[in-house]
Amino acid sequence: MSTLTKKKETVQDPHCVAPNLREDHDKGLELLKYLIIGVVFGIVFVKAEIISWFRIQEMFRLQSFHMYGVIGSAVITGIISVQLIKRLNVKTIHGEDIVIPDKVFKKGQVIGGFIFGLGWAITGACPGPLFAQIGSGYTVVLVTLISALAGTWVYGKFADKLPN
Amino acid sequence: MNQFIEWISQPWPWYVAGPMIGLTVPALLIVGNKTFGISSSLRHICAACVPAGIPFFTYNWKKEIWNLLFVLGVGIGGFLATTFLANPETIVISEATQADLAALGITDFSDLMPSDLYSWESVFSAKGLLFFVFGGFLVGFGTRYAGGCTSGHAIMGISSLQWPSLVATIFFMVGGFLMTHVLLEPLMKLVGF
Repeated sequence: MSTLTKKKETVQDPHCVAPNLREDHDKGLELLKYLIIGVVFGIVFVKAEIISWFRIQEMFRLQSFHMYGVIGSAVITGIISVQLIKRLNVKTIHGEDIVIPDKVFKKGQVIGGFIFGLGWAITGACPGPLFAQIGSGYTVVLVTLISALAGTWVYGKFADKLPN
Repeated sequence: MNQFIEWISQPWPWYVAGPMIGLTVPALLIVGNKTFGISSSLRHICAACVPAGIPFFTYNWKKEIWNLLFVLGVGIGGFLATTFLANPETIVISEATQADLAALGITDFSDLMPSDLYSWESVFSAKGLLFFVFGGFLVGFGTRYAGGCTSGHAIMGISSLQWPSLVATIFFMVGGFLMTHVLLEPLMKLVGF
């Protein structure tokens, strides 16, 4: 199942991780479930102070365990959940098989990852916290978001010319 | 009820927040077979607003609208938490970090963000150019080039045991350490700190 998905993806768009491969059951109000999961996620971001520029500085200066604890326990929870889903053959609420597309290695994960890390330490925010910061009233972060959109757009424009 | 609000208004410890974030992975898989990832929303916004005939942005972004609703939810969650569940105490930042940052010229430690920086006045200065425009650009460019951010790679990717995501995460950290320990000081001096 997963190799099939991977094959389809490579044919359709080598850069794209997920878009447009699955049957879509989600229409209208059903889409609200994603909004609700997002709301919970945003609350956690703020309440655990993950959106704080200072927490990211503490992390990169190895002066606090907090962010390592957050990311580490999130990953462990994720690993256990995915293993349970696979082993117990858990289906979606629509009864479909759960499919996790394979990520294909490319140079971008090294070069792009490195560039992202540089930006992360300056802005103190990865894309998720950006949205939560804006919602929290730090309206100047809109400038960061627009700049991030510009960065994404410039990548898209030159994607074919970059080493990958 | 008031006691409950008071209790959850305290900053949440990592062992509460981390598992809750981790549970986003199975939650999205089970409710709609979606893989957790936030930076894709930036791509979808580009595709919706300024596709400009670029192949990378020419796809049916409307099918990815769930992702845009998800990040809209993150923004709303931020608003709710800040408005109704705000921590009455000042944020506690490690002494060592405060000392390091004070040496760089950041002196206000009373809020989640450095207040001397996160204001509209500083946006239109060299400082703003570095922290918002340049930093934001690197985040957006890098995350798309890497094919994901902390959520898509570090959490979703590693959760499903995909080694390319581990590589990406390692390089996120390498970039972050290099910026923090080597480049940030000269860059901050350059913009007038």
